[in-house]
Amino acid sequence: MKRLNKTFFAFLFALLPMMAMAQIDGEVIKPRAGKFLLKNATVVTITKGVLNNTSVLVEDGKIKEIGANISADGAEVIDCSGKFIYPGMIDGGTKLGLAEINSVPETVDYAEIGNFSPNMQALTAVNPNSVAIPVTRVSGVTTVLAVPTGGLFPGTAALINLNGYTPDQMYAGFKGIVMNFPSSGRRGRFDRRSDDDIKKANEKALKEANELWDNAKSYGSLVSNGAELDYYPEMEQMAKATTGELPLLIEVNTASDIQEAIKWVQGKGAKVIFTGVSEGWRVADEIAKAGIPVITGPVQALPTRDSDRYDAPYANAGKMAKAGVKVAIRTDDQENVRNLPFFAAFAAAYGMGKEEAWKAVTINPAEIFGLDDKYGSVEAGKVANLIIADGDPFETRTNVLHVFIDGYRMPLSNRQIRLYQEFLDRSPGLKMN
Amino acid sequence: MKKVNYFLAALLGLSIQFAEAQVKKGSVLIKNATVLTVTNGTLENSDVLVQDGIIKKVGQNISAPNGVTTIDATGKFVMPGIIDAHSHLGLDVVNESSAPIVAEVRMKDVVNPYEVGLYRALAGGVTISHAMHGSANVIGGQNATLKHRYGSTDPADIIMQDAPRTIKFALGENPTRVHGRGNNIQPRTRMGVEAIIRNGFNEAIQYQKAWDTYNAASSKKGSTAMPPVHNERLQILSDILNDKIIIHCHSYRADEIYMLINVARDFGITKLVFQHTNEGFKVAPEIAEYTMGASVFADWWSYKFEVYYSTAYNAAILTENGALTSINSDDAELIRHLYHEAAKTQRYGGMTDEQALAMITINPAKQLGIADKVGSIEEGKDGDLVIFDGHPLSSYTVPQMTFVDGVKYFDIKEDADDQRIKVSPTQMVEPIMLYGGHESNCMQDTEHLFETTNSLFHTNY
Repeated sequence: MKRLNKTFFAFLFALLPMMAMAQIDGEVIKPRAGKFLLKNATVVTITKGVLNNTSVLVEDGKIKEIGANISADGAEVIDCSGKFIYPGMIDGGTKLGLAEINSVPETVDYAEIGNFSPNMQALTAVNPNSVAIPVTRVSGVTTVLAVPTGGLFPGTAALINLNGYTPDQMYAGFKGIVMNFPSSGRRGRFDRRSDDDIKKANEKALKEANELWDNAKSYGSLVSNGAELDYYPEMEQMAKATTGELPLLIEVNTASDIQEAIKWVQGKGAKVIFTGVSEGWRVADEIAKAGIPVITGPVQALPTRDSDRYDAPYANAGKMAKAGVKVAIRTDDQENVRNLPFFAAFAAAYGMGKEEAWKAVTINPAEIFGLDDKYGSVEAGKVANLIIADGDPFETRTNVLHVFIDGYRMPLSNRQIRLYQEFLDRSPGLKMN
Repeated sequence: MKKVNYFLAALLGLSIQFAEAQVKKGSVLIKNATVLTVTNGTLENSDVLVQDGIIKKVGQNISAPNGVTTIDATGKFVMPGIIDAHSHLGLDVVNESSAPIVAEVRMKDVVNPYEVGLYRALAGGVTISHAMHGSANVIGGQNATLKHRYGSTDPADIIMQDAPRTIKFALGENPTRVHGRGNNIQPRTRMGVEAIIRNGFNEAIQYQKAWDTYNAASSKKGSTAMPPVHNERLQILSDILNDKIIIHCHSYRADEIYMLINVARDFGITKLVFQHTNEGFKVAPEIAEYTMGASVFADWWSYKFEVYYSTAYNAAILTENGALTSINSDDAELIRHLYHEAAKTQRYGGMTDEQALAMITINPAKQLGIADKVGSIEEGKDGDLVIFDGHPLSSYTVPQMTFVDGVKYFDIKEDADDQRIKVSPTQMVEPIMLYGGHESNCMQDTEHLFETTNSLFHTNY
C-alpha cells in the first residue's frame, strides 16, 4: 500500500507541470521529503568545478552521493538531462519574514525600541508563513540571514532556510550580533542634519559603543569567573560578542566609517563581519589587510555621492573581491529577495566575473557564517539545498524547475503564481454570459 | 534711424534666442550591429544611419556620408532609446499637495537640467523620461516629457517640446492619506476620490458652457456680454474632457482602476493610461478594452497595503489580455536598468524578446503620445539609440553608448567619474547618501504632513 502511494505520488509529481496550468480545486502541494536521484545533470558544484553527465542522490536531507552511475534503488528519479544543478543561493542580509508590509507598522518586526537591545532575537520574529517566503524560494534562494535593525546594537540576526513551519525548523545554524556603526552618511534626502550635527552624534554614539563594549566584557569575565550578577539580558547577550562566541555583524558604509570601524575592532577580540560596505571600493585594500569578510549590497543601488561614477555600486563587490576581500552579496530586502541572482549578475558583469559572483551567493556566505561544512556547494555530505534550472539562474529567461531545501522537494508555487493562474484568462472575461 | 537700430537689435536678440532653442542634432553611422528595431524584427549584421538627429536609413552596407562618424558595433546590439513612462528625475519639486485638484500646475516650470540622475539614466540607455507630478492629489499637475540632453543648462533644452500634454491623477492611499488623514478634507476614502473627480469634471463642463455662451453672445454685433473669469484649473479639466491631455493615473487596486474607467467612459474621455496598476491584472480585459493601457513595475510589491496582493506576472497578464503595457521605474535607481526590469517579464510570464523590449520602447511611446517620433528603429524617427555589449535582456549586458537625436551623451569608454555640471559653492563636504533599497519621489514635498519622515520612507510611491 505504501509503495502504491509512493508510485501514485511519483506519478502525480510527473504531472506537476501540467497541473500547474490546471490545478484541481482545493489541491495543496506540500514540501516532501524522500530519496531523490537527480539524474544526468550538469552539476555546478562551485567548489569542485563543473561536472557533466553527473547525478546527485538526495537522502535524509543530505547530498548522499555525487557521481556518474548511482543506483536509483528506491529513489524517485528526476531526469535532469540538459539541466543544471546548483547549490541553493544564500542571501547574506535580508528582512525576509521579519516584515510583511513595510508601511503597516503592525506587520513590521525588525526594529525594536531602544539603542542597546542585542538580546532581541530575529529568529523569534521570523514568520514562517510570510507570503514573501515562497515568492523568494522559486528564484533559487534557499537560505537567508534575517537581520534586525534600528539603534546601535539592534539585536541578533539568524540564518534561516526557507523551509519549515517554526523558526526552529528554519534555523540554519548561524547567529550574529548586529551593530550599526555610527554613520557619517545621510539616510536619504530627508536627512537634513548639518555636518556638525552628524559629527557630534557620531562621537556620542561611538563613546556609548565603547562603554557598552567594556561593560559587556567585564560582565562576561565576571560571569565566567563565577560571579552572580543581576539579571541583565542585554549584557548577557552582548558579552558573547566580546568573547567571540557570537560574531559581530557591523553595518558600516562610508569610506571613513569603514576606516574607523577597522580601527575600532582592533584588539577587541571579536569575530567581525562587515555588512553594507557601500563605499568598500574606496578602501578595499584596507579591508583586505584587516582580513575582515564583507556582506555587501544591495548591488542595484545609487552611488553614494553625486560625483561618483554611475556604476560604483555595481562594481563595488568585484573591486573588493579583487583586492582580496572575502565578499558575499545581500539584497537587504524583504519582499524582493528573489532578485539576489540578478544582483549577482550585475556584480559579475561589472567586474566580479561569474565564478566569483556565484561564490558570493553560495560558498562565501557559508564560510563567513562558519557553515561551509553544511552549505554553499554541491558536495557529498552537505545539506541538500539544491536548485535545478534549465539554464543560468542569474538570467531572467531561465526557469528554475526544482528547489530542494533540507532535502525537501519544495512546491514551486506561491501566491503570485496562483494569481497568474487565476487571472491570465479570467472567467468571466469582459462580459458576463 | 535709431528706431531701425532698435529693431535690428531686437531682431538679432530674437534670432539668438531662436538659435539657442534649437537643440543639438547629430549624425552617426552604427555598423554591423544586431539591430533590435522593436517594430520590424531583428536585423543581423545591419547598420543604422542617423543624419541631423533623424534615422535616415536602416539596412546593410550603408556607407557613411561625408563627415559622419562611423561606429563599428560588430558583435553588439542596438536598440531604440529606452523610454520611462514614470519618473521624477530632473524636477525641483514634485508635489503641489495643497488641494485635491491642482491641475493648473506644470512640471515644465520646475525642470532641473543639472540633475546628475539624468546622466545616470543615459548610462542605462534611457533617452526619454516622463517627469511626473507626485501622487498627493486626486488630480495632480501636468507632467513634462523630457529628452535626456544632459549637459544643457537650459530647462527648455531637455523638454521634449513636441510631446503631447499629459496630466497626473492619483487614486487610493496617497491622496486619501494626504487630504483625508493629513488635512481632514475629502477624500478620505475611495468613494471620496471618485466624487472629487466627478465634481471637478462637472464644474469644468459648467465653466466651458459659460465660455461657450459668452463666445456665442460676443460674436454678435454690439454685444455687451462680459467674459467669465478665467480659471486655469477648470480650463485644464475642460481640456481633459476634450481629450487634449492624456491622463496618467497612479493607481493600485482593481476597484479604483475600474472606477476611473467608468468615470472616463461617462465623460467620454478616451486618453487614459494607468500608472503602477499593481492589480491591473485583475481588470485586464477592461483596461484592454477601454484605455491606453498600463505602465507597471516589473516586480515591486508589498511596500504598502494596496500592493500586497500583487504579482510579478502583472505585465504578462495585461499583455496577454491585449492591454498596452509598459514597464517603468518611478525611481532614480530603477531607471538605470529598465532593460533588466523588462527582462523580468520573461521569467514572470514568458514574454518574447519583442514583447519585453516593446514594454520599454514603443509601448511607453504610445502611452505618451510620441510613438510617431520615437520608440523604435525606423527611418524618419528620432536618432535615439543605445548600444549594448550583449543582448539587452541578458542580466549580464552592459550599455556602451547612448544617443539622443544622433548626439552621443554616454560612452562607457569616455565616461569620466564626475559627471556633475553644477557643484554647490557653499557645500564644503559632499554629502554621502546611504539610500534604502526603495526610495522614490512620488510623495516628495509632502513630508510636513506626516508625524515622522521615517513613516514616509517606505510609503512614498
